[in-house]
Amino acid sequence: MELRILSPTAILGYGFPLSSFQAGLERDPHVIAVDGGSTDPGPYYLGAGKSFTQRAPVKRDLYYLIQASLERGIPLIIGTAGGAGAKPHVEWTVDIIKEVLGELKATAKLAVIYSDVNPELLIQELKRGRIQPLGPVAPLTEEEIRGSSHIVAQMGLEPILQALEEGAQIIVAGRAYDPTVFAALPALQGYDLALALHMGKILECAAIAASPGSGSDCLFGYLQEDAFILEALSPQRQCTKLSVAAHTLYEKSDPYSLPGPGGTLDLRETRFEELPGGKVKVSGTRFVPTEKYFLKLEGARRIGYRTISIAGVRDPIMISQIGDVITAVKERVADNFRDIRDYQLHVHCYGKNGVMGALEPQPQPGHELGLVMEAVAPTQDIADTICSFFRSTLLHYGYPGRKSTAGNLAFPYSPSDISTGAVYTFSIYHLLEVDDPKGLFTVELREV
Amino acid sequence: MRYVKDVASVIRSKNAGPYELTFDLMFPDAETYEQVRHSITKAKIADLYKIDESQVLSIIHFAPAHAVKITIVRPRASGDLGETDVYGAQQHAPLLELTY
Repeated sequence: MELRILSPTAILGYGFPLSSFQAGLERDPHVIAVDGGSTDPGPYYLGAGKSFTQRAPVKRDLYYLIQASLERGIPLIIGTAGGAGAKPHVEWTVDIIKEVLGELKATAKLAVIYSDVNPELLIQELKRGRIQPLGPVAPLTEEEIRGSSHIVAQMGLEPILQALEEGAQIIVAGRAYDPTVFAALPALQGYDLALALHMGKILECAAIAASPGSGSDCLFGYLQEDAFILEALSPQRQCTKLSVAAHTLYEKSDPYSLPGPGGTLDLRETRFEELPGGKVKVSGTRFVPTEKYFLKLEGARRIGYRTISIAGVRDPIMISQIGDVITAVKERVADNFRDIRDYQLHVHCYGKNGVMGALEPQPQPGHELGLVMEAVAPTQDIADTICSFFRSTLLHYGYPGRKSTAGNLAFPYSPSDISTGAVYTFSIYHLLEVDDPKGLFTVELREV
Repeated sequence: MRYVKDVASVIRSKNAGPYELTFDLMFPDAETYEQVRHSITKAKIADLYKIDESQVLSIIHFAPAHAVKITIVRPRASGDLGETDVYGAQQHAPLLELTY
């Protein structure tokens, strides 16, 4: 009894060596699964409905994945399509799949699973007390729900199981709990859920769990009755006990307890064993179902438009009082635009505390500073105006003791200001209690 | 008193979701891990980052990876106004001052 899974890359579009992928196919996988997303690149991508990966590398990856999936008659499952898994991300991915199928002169039964949440329904659930913050997050409000441009729920296994049961060849899932795309086929075939999910948790980052790690190389999983085995597919890397165990720490707060839809993976009894040939065997993980079924909600809200300007400062007299100078120039801006109140001006001071901001324990400036001036305002026009005015005022500001009276800033570019467009913030990061794990998700089957 | 950085194999920071920042200190072997792990306290972390101890959410010892994991509240949600490090990947430097 063994189920084999090929994970080609950490994120669809991050690429993989064809030699590793071929080595994976030679091991005769039952399914190819890949994760498409993350909240790591920040709220913009969910909010704006855009992918943080580019179309060309995603198409490149999909070409080989679809070709292998069709040739071998094994399912291809894509989770958190388009990076954030909202409808525009899913449609973007489906569009690329159609293009690849056209080039391959092939057709496939495609399942598309949407994970978008209706704001009105969410407001009802909020009133019923079924939504709670996840971690150090403020309680949700109706205003945040209404203000969010996209809201998704992170699906568990159930909608993907339905798509598999209905015979889908290619499954494109919206926002999905990362391990689900790997654990769905094992769950359908009755494998141990804890092991399937734990294996998925590692496979979703592909060769990041190998040594040396890589986000753009394949990892192979062998799921057995009471353990799973991981193998790197490039001769340049291998799985070690330490590389696999260490990966359990990555991007999460508690390596012993990994919560997901419907329950928590408990790693307290997990054993990691090294096998010959650079493989690692994992066993002992348990799955503890929660009494109620919770889905994680994610939302992003537009908070304005941004304009930035980049400049350097080399004058030691100015650098010694940079904080006061910035404060004084901000006051000058506020005084000049008394009728504009709802903007934010922020100066990143590289060389002082640009990387750590308020957390910086040693904010002593170096001999030169890099400034990134940023204005965020309700319209692009106001952001442009505020950034431009701040920049020109700072350029000529007469601080105490100034000797360098021709200009305070060194600009690398003309034009000096860059309009960067809409700015989003995470507005929802909460748990929703549901009665039906599938209820929020729509599974559509299409022949393409 | 010695610096943890001189015996650790990995000292890193990263988001654990958009609202938390997590640090991993990994040691090359079980012996070093045992020597160091108990001297990493919430008080020391709070002091290094000049934050209130209540902002240090957890310190977890993970023997399979010879690792100590520290999680703090992010100064702001990832990508919110005033953000300096969207991925949280460069917030580890104060840990290089950690002693045991």
